[in-house]
Amino acid sequence: MLVVSVYRYNPEKDSAPYMQDFNVDTKGADLMVLDVMHLVKEQDNTFAYRRSCREGVCGSDGMNMNGKNGLACVTPLSEVVTSGKLVVRPLPGLPVIRDLVVDMSLFYKQYERIKPYLLNDTPAPAIERLQAPEDRDKLDGLYECILCACCSTACPSFWWNPDKFVGPSGLLQAYRFLIDSRDTQTRERLAELDDPFSVFRCRGIMNCVSVCPKGLNPTKAIGHIRDMLLREAT
Amino acid sequence: MVTNVTNFGRSGLSDWVLQRFSAVVLALYSAFMVGYFLTTSDLDYAQWSAFFDQTWVRIFTFLSILSIAAHAWIGLWTISTDYIKPTGIRFVFQAVCNLALFTYVVWGVQVLWGA
Repeated sequence: MLVVSVYRYNPEKDSAPYMQDFNVDTKGADLMVLDVMHLVKEQDNTFAYRRSCREGVCGSDGMNMNGKNGLACVTPLSEVVTSGKLVVRPLPGLPVIRDLVVDMSLFYKQYERIKPYLLNDTPAPAIERLQAPEDRDKLDGLYECILCACCSTACPSFWWNPDKFVGPSGLLQAYRFLIDSRDTQTRERLAELDDPFSVFRCRGIMNCVSVCPKGLNPTKAIGHIRDMLLREAT
Repeated sequence: MVTNVTNFGRSGLSDWVLQRFSAVVLALYSAFMVGYFLTTSDLDYAQWSAFFDQTWVRIFTFLSILSIAAHAWIGLWTISTDYIKPTGIRFVFQAVCNLALFTYVVWGVQVLWGA
């Protein structure tokens, strides 16, 4: 039997959030945390969480498991449970809508702010814009982000200033378009980031790197953005 | 672009560069002073005064004082924007910090070049 303690909050009924314990029979299997969430929901179908693809592609089921953010669908119990108990909370720092479901509006707003699409002011060619293989290689480690928000909600700088600091996820995407050989707005993109909050609120503590379920490195991308800003301005 | 008026250099990049530059200056000055104390035995007033009569020591010291002021301004401004949410209290905190740092700089000039 595994003791699973989950965060419960239904603003229509509860005056404050609370933790509720469930005894879950895993039958000795090393289940994924998402499977355990299903078993909890079988016991209490008012329990709410997001999920979709259940294989680490859609990024819906980001949650905080025994203190560390991750995707429940690709996190086996053996990775997070050390003392026979699993504590599951919503992603930290975002408003809770209900139980493990958080309001991601600010996270998406920061993503929208960095203009996550190619901007090119040259006439469109008859075929698609071509890119040399070595230029395409520069996008590896950047384009794979699935916007699960595990990194940004593990970042204290994002907790304190989610309206001003773009956050690790948004900045990884910002660099993805800054470095793209098909984008012609590099200078304008950089000018949008040169304030004390958007990029420079990053203190390089690398929580983002430690929690990213896709193994990406936002801190490194932020370092590259700083280098680009420095090269542009000196 | 997030607008700001109370940070040191108006731009995140200039604050960031200055924070690093001032840190290097302060590290060098610290090592320099520790080295001076370790290599000078029986330090007395005459020796101490003669040491600071040298122009280059005064310049290095003044550069360090300016570095402390810039470094502290940037650092405390950052802390205040992270942790102090009510605008009034944050503004007063920043004003008090900046006033104190300005005082230290003027006081430092007086100590170094005063009679």
